[in-house]
Amino acid sequence: MSAIGEIGRALNEAENSTAITPRPNEGHLSIQNVSKIYDPDGAHVVAVNNASLEIAPGDFVAIVGPSGCGKSTLMNIVAGFDNVTSGLVKLDGNDLATPNSPPRPGPDRVVVFQNGALFPWKTVLENVMYGPIVQHKMTPKEAEEKAIDLLAKCGGLDKVADSYPPQLSSGMQRRVEIVRALVNEPKILLLDEPFRAMDTVSKTVMHQHLLEMYRVCRRTIVFITHDLEEAIYLADRVVVMTSRPGTIKSIIQVNLPRPRVPDMMLGAEYLALKAQAIAGVHEEAKKAFERGEKEHA
Amino acid sequence: MGTPWWRSRKFWLMWVGYICAVAAWYASVKWLPIDAFNRLPDPWTVAKEWFSPEPVYGVSIFTPVYYDHILYSVYRATAAFALAVVLGVPLGIIMAWNKTFDAYASALVGLLRPIPPLAWIPLAILMFPGIELAVIYVTFLVAFFATIMNTYVGVKSIDQDYFRAAASLGSSSRDVLRHVIIPGALPNIFTGLQIAMGAAWFSLAAGEMIAAQYGLGYLIFEAYNLIQFPTIVIGMATLGVAGYISSAIIRVVGNRLMRWHAQSFGMGG
Repeated sequence: MSAIGEIGRALNEAENSTAITPRPNEGHLSIQNVSKIYDPDGAHVVAVNNASLEIAPGDFVAIVGPSGCGKSTLMNIVAGFDNVTSGLVKLDGNDLATPNSPPRPGPDRVVVFQNGALFPWKTVLENVMYGPIVQHKMTPKEAEEKAIDLLAKCGGLDKVADSYPPQLSSGMQRRVEIVRALVNEPKILLLDEPFRAMDTVSKTVMHQHLLEMYRVCRRTIVFITHDLEEAIYLADRVVVMTSRPGTIKSIIQVNLPRPRVPDMMLGAEYLALKAQAIAGVHEEAKKAFERGEKEHA
Repeated sequence: MGTPWWRSRKFWLMWVGYICAVAAWYASVKWLPIDAFNRLPDPWTVAKEWFSPEPVYGVSIFTPVYYDHILYSVYRATAAFALAVVLGVPLGIIMAWNKTFDAYASALVGLLRPIPPLAWIPLAILMFPGIELAVIYVTFLVAFFATIMNTYVGVKSIDQDYFRAAASLGSSSRDVLRHVIIPGALPNIFTGLQIAMGAAWFSLAAGEMIAAQYGLGYLIFEAYNLIQFPTIVIGMATLGVAGYISSAIIRVVGNRLMRWHAQSFGMGG
């Protein structure tokens, strides 16, 4: 796994002059009794039912659950793509979502998308520069400098700065997309099943890369996935959701030490956590399967 | 590519195609036992007339009147096409972007679009002061609808995640228009412009046959009335060349504007 070592080294160098300021006291996300009901033509689908969750600044939280459990809905609410039917979401004490306010996305909680959403018509560099420029936080020149700097520090991505995203591998694209999010210095990073379509080896490389970025840039991370092993390996806490209606069933505290290394996945502590989580999810998945539900992302 | 273009298989196959077509033309005029065909000019007669300093029927590359016809047609096609782009692209974008406007406009476009351009000619002549504007109007209409429809489809086919990503990164509506909608719809818009240009030449020639004093369409129909058969074919061939060149220009401009598309999907050149 020399690729992992390389990324680690690059990021260690990055630490000396971090391009992204750590904000230890920001990014406190508070989800209070949130429900979301979709009611197209009176269908009345309860996507999220009375979910409450406190995420401390700088925490890495993974939300896991079977398909259609409302984890993506919850993320869309936090991202500001969707509103709540009832309940409240707060970020550092400010209202993010209330039943009466329209959805409001913003650069304080940037999303990395399941299928990737780098603009294919912009180069890697232009993609990363985009946020700071449209927010009028930087001149194009400053944005370019910061973008190049950050790309370089995240595993030498500055080498592909002039490429267009479709020319890169999906792993590389995902890394660039995370950099595009980080360059805005968000309070929360929202990752919506970012490694879903990857093979096991690429996934492992991406995990190390993400963990290193988390260590260096330290941000609240909400990581949506249906892959339990991934959730336990990466996160401080794993939130298990159940489907129809989407409810938070249990929260598993992961006390594996950081930095995390792939060998940990063979340790007794990891396996015990995995067994505990599987029991919860399996029960739910079986119920959904027996109801004959269609897969939902 | 290592081989120069003039040695590529594609280049030679292209010429084989041309030669076969001309040979078939020659054969059908000279050897087919059909009277109607035998009256038509063969390729050699047309070529002789086209490139003759003293053409029998008065139109060749050496006569100024030939260029008058070309200029009139090019002017009308360009004016109509430019107008179609200037009006059609923004309208297509607004229709795709704004649901209320879409509801107004889609039904209207759906109803007007199927009306053949030629059916507009009488009304166009009554509506506009002078033949010139009427012909341009009829040419404009088809190009306009092709541009609107493809722009609309182009915007609608942009993945919602790009809009979400843009919003998440702090874009204003103007940023979304400039950085997501326009570049995202551009491949479809340019497909639409190719179709629009083709459609413009098509209805221009028809319009000129009926209502103009100059232009390639007029030249063709006038030659038909005066039984100057080689001139008909000269007019047709010139239309073919003009259409080909205008398409090529749009393609080149498109590839320039969409370097990402060409590089990412290997559609350069």
